[in-house]
Amino acid sequence: MSMIAGHLEAYLALSAILFAIGSFGFLARRNAISMLMSIELMLNAVNLSAIAFGAFVPALVGQGTAFALLVIAVAAAEATVGLAIVIAIYRNRRTPLVDEYDAMRQ
Amino acid sequence: MPLPGTIPFIGLTWADALFLMLGGAAIAGALFVVLGRDIIRNGLALIASFGALAGIYVILGAAIVAGAQVLVYIGAISVLILFAIMLTQSKAAPTQLVFQAQAAPAAIASAVLGVLLALALGATQWGATVFEGTPAPAGTSSTTAALFGPYLLAFEIASVLILAAVIGGIYLATAPKPGDDEGDEVAR
Repeated sequence: MSMIAGHLEAYLALSAILFAIGSFGFLARRNAISMLMSIELMLNAVNLSAIAFGAFVPALVGQGTAFALLVIAVAAAEATVGLAIVIAIYRNRRTPLVDEYDAMRQ
Repeated sequence: MPLPGTIPFIGLTWADALFLMLGGAAIAGALFVVLGRDIIRNGLALIASFGALAGIYVILGAAIVAGAQVLVYIGAISVLILFAIMLTQSKAAPTQLVFQAQAAPAAIASAVLGVLLALALGATQWGATVFEGTPAPAGTSSTTAALFGPYLLAFEIASVLILAAVIGGIYLATAPKPGDDEGDEVAR
């Protein structure tokens, strides 16, 4: 009998830690691509909790995994468009740092 | 000779040891992504974090999501991110200062978020978990039954969304031709 890996709380705690790390990165990093990487970390944390619920709660068997697969598809779309936007902005402003994107403030 | 039920001299079961190793690798990779200075190493640490999470999905019995994680995240999104890093990294602007000025409030906000999640986690009675001890041996068939049953509309919409994202990504990332600028302005 597993003491840790057999309980839902362990997976949810890991998911919460990863989500907090990702939110810190999104709020604090200056590089736009680092912010996108932090978003991917947060999406992965949500996926982990969805799969954990699907594995442990009887009413959600199968649904958590299906939800996670849909989240992965949406994350792929988000990464495609987000990185294309970053590259398009970089072509104009010559910097990937978001605190220098101040054209709408001037 | 069968393996002993627990690891000798430590007392952890094998599943626990695997979970701790993979979870620690995921957290360490995530911390390096967020705190590291060299952005291309951040991208590589992101791949390590994704791989560790795929292992955890296998522990949870969701092998199809682990496969999708390896194919989509490690295979596609990470390569996309690495290419974007290589395209946008300029020697002229080394990122001496990694964090914004709001890094301290961001750290506080993230810590508060983590504590809130931990409190909610500890205060909830997870009595509905009948699979105490072992994660569900759900396998792939229940996943596909859900995906092609109640989630069928979402599945189809996701495919349309990916098509739209591909077209939008091509449109956004193509370099504008020199002669097209006036036409673009008129069109706006």
